[in-house]
Amino acid sequence: MSGSIKDRVAIAGMGCTRFGERWDTGTNDLLVEAAYQAFEDAGIEPKDVEAAWLGTSSSGGTGMTLAEPLRLQYIPITRVENACATASEAFRNAAYAVAAGIHDIVLAIGVEKFKDSGMSGMGGGGTDGPGHAMLSQGLPPRQFAMLATTYFSRYGLSFEEGKHMIGRVSWKSHKNGALTRNAHFQKEVSMETILNAPMIAWPLGLYDCCGVSDGAAAAIITTPKIAKRLRKGKEPPVFAKALQIAISPRDGNYNSKYDWTHVEATVRAAERAYKEAGITNPREEISMAEVHDCFSITEAVTMEDLRFSPRGKVKDDIESGRFDLDGAQPIQLDGGLKCFGHPVGASGLRMMYEMYMQLQGRADEVLNPGMPSRQIKNPKLGLTHNLGGSPDGCAIFVGIVGLEGV
Amino acid sequence: MVGITSAGAYVPIYRLARGDIARVWAGGRGVAVAGERAVANFDEDTISMAVEASIDCLKGIDREQIDGLYFASTTAPYREKQSATMVAEALDLRREIFTADFTDSLRAGTNAMRAAIDAVKAGSAKKVLVTAADCRLGALQSEYEQNFGDGAVAILISNSGVIASVEGSYSHSNDIIDLWRTDTNTFVNASEDRFSVTYGYLENVQEGVSKLLERYNLSPKDFAKAALYAFDARRHLELARNLGFDAKTQLQDSLFNTVGNTGAAYALMILAATLEEAKAGDRILFTSYGDGCDAYILQATDKIGKLKGRKGIKGHVASKLPLPDYTKYLRYRSLLGELALAGEPVATINWRERNWSVRCHGSKCRECGKIEWPIQRICAYCGAKDNYDEVRLSDKKLTLTTFSKDSLARSVDPPIIVCIASIEGGGRFYAHMTDRDPDKVEVGMPLELTFRRLYSKDDIHTYSWKMRPIR
Amino acid sequence: MAGIVSYGAYIPYYRLPRSVINKAWGRGGGRGEKAVAGFDEDSITMSIAAGLDCLKRTDPKTVDALFLATTTAPYKERQNSTIAATALDLRRDARNADFANCLRAGTTALLSALDAVNAGSLKSVLVTAADTRLGGASGENEQAFGDGSAAFLLGNKGVAVEIEGSYTLSDDLADYWRAHEDTFVRAWEDRFGRDEGYMKIPAEAAAGVMKKYNLAPKDFAKVCFYGANSRAHAALGGEMKFKPEQIQEPLLDTVGNTGAALPLMILVAALENAKAGDRILLVSWGNGSDAIVLRVTEQIEKIRDRRGIKRHLDIKRTLDNYGRYLRWREMVPLDPPTRHEGGLASMAAQWREHATALPLYGVKCKQCGTPQLFQSASSTHARICLECFAKDNFEPYRFADKRAKLVSFSHDYLGGGIDPPTTAAIIDFDGGGRGAFNMVDRDPDECQVGIGVEMTFRKLRYLLGSHTYVWKCKPVRD
Repeated sequence: MSGSIKDRVAIAGMGCTRFGERWDTGTNDLLVEAAYQAFEDAGIEPKDVEAAWLGTSSSGGTGMTLAEPLRLQYIPITRVENACATASEAFRNAAYAVAAGIHDIVLAIGVEKFKDSGMSGMGGGGTDGPGHAMLSQGLPPRQFAMLATTYFSRYGLSFEEGKHMIGRVSWKSHKNGALTRNAHFQKEVSMETILNAPMIAWPLGLYDCCGVSDGAAAAIITTPKIAKRLRKGKEPPVFAKALQIAISPRDGNYNSKYDWTHVEATVRAAERAYKEAGITNPREEISMAEVHDCFSITEAVTMEDLRFSPRGKVKDDIESGRFDLDGAQPIQLDGGLKCFGHPVGASGLRMMYEMYMQLQGRADEVLNPGMPSRQIKNPKLGLTHNLGGSPDGCAIFVGIVGLEGV
Repeated sequence: MVGITSAGAYVPIYRLARGDIARVWAGGRGVAVAGERAVANFDEDTISMAVEASIDCLKGIDREQIDGLYFASTTAPYREKQSATMVAEALDLRREIFTADFTDSLRAGTNAMRAAIDAVKAGSAKKVLVTAADCRLGALQSEYEQNFGDGAVAILISNSGVIASVEGSYSHSNDIIDLWRTDTNTFVNASEDRFSVTYGYLENVQEGVSKLLERYNLSPKDFAKAALYAFDARRHLELARNLGFDAKTQLQDSLFNTVGNTGAAYALMILAATLEEAKAGDRILFTSYGDGCDAYILQATDKIGKLKGRKGIKGHVASKLPLPDYTKYLRYRSLLGELALAGEPVATINWRERNWSVRCHGSKCRECGKIEWPIQRICAYCGAKDNYDEVRLSDKKLTLTTFSKDSLARSVDPPIIVCIASIEGGGRFYAHMTDRDPDKVEVGMPLELTFRRLYSKDDIHTYSWKMRPIR
Repeated sequence: MAGIVSYGAYIPYYRLPRSVINKAWGRGGGRGEKAVAGFDEDSITMSIAAGLDCLKRTDPKTVDALFLATTTAPYKERQNSTIAATALDLRRDARNADFANCLRAGTTALLSALDAVNAGSLKSVLVTAADTRLGGASGENEQAFGDGSAAFLLGNKGVAVEIEGSYTLSDDLADYWRAHEDTFVRAWEDRFGRDEGYMKIPAEAAAGVMKKYNLAPKDFAKVCFYGANSRAHAALGGEMKFKPEQIQEPLLDTVGNTGAALPLMILVAALENAKAGDRILLVSWGNGSDAIVLRVTEQIEKIRDRRGIKRHLDIKRTLDNYGRYLRWREMVPLDPPTRHEGGLASMAAQWREHATALPLYGVKCKQCGTPQLFQSASSTHARICLECFAKDNFEPYRFADKRAKLVSFSHDYLGGGIDPPTTAAIIDFDGGGRGAFNMVDRDPDECQVGIGVEMTFRKLRYLLGSHTYVWKCKPVRD
């Protein structure tokens, strides 16, 4: 790999809508809401945007999905899709256009409008296929549940021990979500409630699963020079340190080498990202992270895959509170997918938004009134991890952002 | 030598011009297919049509000698209750015969034929009647509604008196879903037709024929005729061309433009038409299609002339009435809802009275020799009690004695022509007249009997005999 | 002499005690139990299950034909036997046929297969009979009918049961019937069918076959015959002049009346206890009667390891919930789904993948020897080896007959379906290869990483006029 994105592009502004079941809001409204927040934050006009990357998994088609509501005039717009990692992919492609020197100011935006389908949750993956797609009827929970089944089995956790570990993950996210004004779910939930919730896909219960939401998030990406000019007199811009994506060959369902206790693509993407950003000890060097906690078990194994916890030991870190908002390495500071919500095409940019706000010390701008501060102290580097697919095969994005010179 | 010793066919009298169907749907997908299609009358189904074809096939053949009856169809009236048994009874065959229903595939007809050949070869039967009938529904407005036709065929398999010997065969199965229908579907479902034709019809039949020819070291020029199942008229020509048969001299007409695609009966109907025109020594290539392909080499023997005198395909195709409009078609097929008809079917009565109602037996008084129908225990003429022989009347001609046109009673096709007719050789027959033009009914007209479904209630279909003008 | 070379049977895992049905309708009592096909089983899948049992240690490529008998075929136009033959991995030029519309279809198919072998036109014919007939809710038929299947391989080499002769009577007496649009079997007043049909015609056929071959009841070790209920069955045995100890137990209290499959299932049960030299009489009933004389040879000892009837009777789980039965048989309208379900399977794709999907073939890399499945949404055939990346350098490798170990699983309560939870499983096959399948016939509590599973062919769903079939796995219960 000859090049690195480190410090070659910066985020000059970001926006993120409230996530949730926004019955009264359409795709167009969500796009306008997120884009204009970002424009305002960056101090630019829509006409300053030279090109845009739109991420959506099922709420639109071509670039016109974005051009039409924003009335963008004849600029290049690329629609990208990489399952739940779609928004991160929009961000990565937009950043590369700036790093390549082709464009100066670009927009990366992700959106999903799920709640017009009349159906709960996400789709089951299209048609039956040629009469063999054994798990085609399967919704996501069953696939991720199998991570838990083998994780518990391999590391000798009893059902109760395992459930407590993953329950603690969700408990923490609910605590954080309760602080966050734009989150889908803003309520703390007790461990007792979590552990006694109905099963969704054994061993995962209701609180082990994130819901799906409507929402959009956007970023204005530009050169470091322009970013500093635009943010003059405001909080400093945030710099990209690493943007990596790894696509698995989707063979976990039929390659016996896959052990179902980790996600290999996360390991691969993370190692490349650490190299790109010059990080050797992520457990110590990464201040905070937003990871893809579509299910509690996903967050747990991701901690190991990212080398935040040693293999097989994440339970110790989870139970000791290392990943709580006041812990040594806070995770899901805004509630994560679990509580902030999961509009598929927007989630990656929502993660980035939280890192951006924390790095600039602005986390309390989206604090729920009357709640204690959710801003952490002196974060240096934030990591986002975005998973599209399921453990047997997925697209994994790992991005690292930080302040200048870190 | 095992082979075909007789053949017969049946095509319902009504024909619907395909243009008439297309016109109904004009502006939509209403593109007319050429020609016309045969439409079963409202009182016909696969059982009744199979009876007709079988009667045609058995002309001049002693019915007591039939050892088995195989019925093939994808549209049998019952899912649990053998159609073959009902057909055998209407034909007045022996009770100790082997009967079976072959279904669920357009190849059911040739599946049954093969089983009959095996039964004769194995020595477990000497004469087996194979009859195939279909009455499939194409979805309204689809090309299949126009393509499909109704009809039946019967062939007798034996090892003596063979008119066409079976010289070779090849078969393969292929679960391609081109046309299909589940147990709850009314209409045939269809995949995109280019897929069905390319990978289904053409590929399978071509594979079957080339494997067959290879096995017996023959080439297309060695055949007088090719009797090939037709997907439709155009694809039939395409298949013949691909196989290397001359469309003008070697290709047997597919009946597509006169009858339509008759499903499980179709291939055998094309074969029956071929046999009607064959000369001794003619080698015939015969193929069916449906979830694979059955391919046969047949050769006409010097006994082929025995087929004469049957109505067969040719006679039935020529004998027709136009179905005046498309709505009649919808009514006949109960697509406008079922009409509640008079009549209480009773399983016990149907069973108890089956000798006169299904077998069409009359009583012939042993004392005075007079014939009566239905069977009478006390002779109306001489008063003799329980002293009669049962005689089969279904093959007798009749003369219309009197009639009325009942427009009051409910019928799918009013008016009901209620008839009293004299049976040739004695006896009176009281029944409805079907396949008739109400304006052309007159006292003294000659009539024949035909086995029909009278009514259906509580999902019991009640069948008996009706009269019709001689076809 | 031609005859039966092998036998097999299948009884669904679930049994519904008749007392449970009675309780649901506010009645007491109820004798025995009935076998109930799983929500994903039908006559095709049960034919395959019995066929697999019958073809144990037989190369399916040596079988020349499949004759499938049933009155409850899922398709009216699309040969059910060819679907089953493909899943059983028979050759493409196997000659398949569906025998239907009559409770005699099983014995009819058996006799037709015998003809084919005797005629020399086929060497080896697999005959399967299966039924899943429905009786209307709360009626007698609902209690009486059970689900199950039997299979016989006919040939003239290694014959375990010679077929010495047969005699048939056809009689269009409608005691039970079902028109093409009917869901439930209808019946006329039972004494009519009993007195004029069942008690007369099979006895007449049995007498006919004994007369034809100069035999008497005492010449038979066992008589196997159809019975709609236990009382009538016992009475007919007497009518045919057989002693109670000669009458093979008719499975009515344990499995129920399995329609076209019943006489053949009773025969399998008889063969499981038969000795060489035993003569057996098989009599079916349904619009007439087939009576068949069989004689057991020493070869019977070589096929004792089939699961057959005896072992399948023991492999069971009680269904103590009548509502579940109603759901499985789709006898009650269910709430429409509120989550996304898949669309109709592409017919073209199903056909394209037939070589792999229906018979469950994967590949084995010729370069590195790794067996592997490929199950993407649009294709089931691998092109690039997942181990050594060699391209298009494979030989076919069948997984359907391999056992496997459970690697991971989850019980999905969210996905809906007829019988939640759906158990998703990742399994590693003995000999190599991994696959993802649904797991059925399992007690959720018995699922553990590492347990042994075997493959079973099931229905995935019915949608828009098409049944989609897939392989699933289930715990091994030998």
